[in-house]
Amino acid sequence: MNPELVGRVFPPTAPYLVGREKVREFARAVFADDPQHTDAAAAQALGYPDVVAPPTFAMVIQDLTLQQLLAEPDSGIALERTIHAEQRFRYSRPIVAGDELTAQLSISGVRAMGKGAMVTSEAEITDAAGAHVVTATSVLLVGGDE
Amino acid sequence: MSALEVGEVVAERSVSLTRESLVRYAGASGDFNPIHYRDDVAARVGLPGVLAHGMLTMGLAVETLVPWLGDSGRILEYGVRFTRPVVVDAEEGAIVHVVAKVAVVQEDAARIDLTVTSGETTVLGKAQVRIRL
Repeated sequence: MNPELVGRVFPPTAPYLVGREKVREFARAVFADDPQHTDAAAAQALGYPDVVAPPTFAMVIQDLTLQQLLAEPDSGIALERTIHAEQRFRYSRPIVAGDELTAQLSISGVRAMGKGAMVTSEAEITDAAGAHVVTATSVLLVGGDE
Repeated sequence: MSALEVGEVVAERSVSLTRESLVRYAGASGDFNPIHYRDDVAARVGLPGVLAHGMLTMGLAVETLVPWLGDSGRILEYGVRFTRPVVVDAEEGAIVHVVAKVAVVQEDAARIDLTVTSGETTVLGKAQVRIRL
């Protein structure tokens, strides 16, 4: 685990276009039965342009940033020795089908724990207009080399 | 919503997970870690069995609140700690039970705490949702 990762900011991910059928598929997978997630008319009645993604859908976008972190040659992070310890989301608004989202990862903390470390990463997810949608924060427990 | 009382249970449900649920979540989320569908891999890395994705448990837990909230856009923040895994047996599956209780009420926001259990085990820690009132 490389302590110099703290403060590192990664380039923004390529835009992710949120599809209506993807939202429906994800809603079904997390047992999100409320019609706002699957029925465009129900979402529009709440003032949204299209179906509303369940709150944890943001992880699908955040995951693109975690792939960047794992691919960083000097990160010292191997997926098979990594445990997802904590997850948080802070929303400005929900993700809606039709959104084109970009995520930018920064590493806000690395704390040594035994041979490994606890790594806090924040992905700031913004829409095509550059407005904040959600910040996704993950705490990963990364094991040290055997 | 103005009459929320601390300690009040606002929503509750049980969700029955099977191996099919895990495969479905893998496909929907893109998380294809084999510990969530292969007994041989789970055993090799020393797990008690095939586990539900932590993000599946986190995702289904917060959805318990959405019909009560009416608009999921009222969720301002949501966080959890993944304290214990949900083991999903190939034949029996697993039941995840969620209770949502009012913890803090402020002028324009409230904190709802989720108690998420599987059998006797609490599987998420500090599962807290801040909502707009």
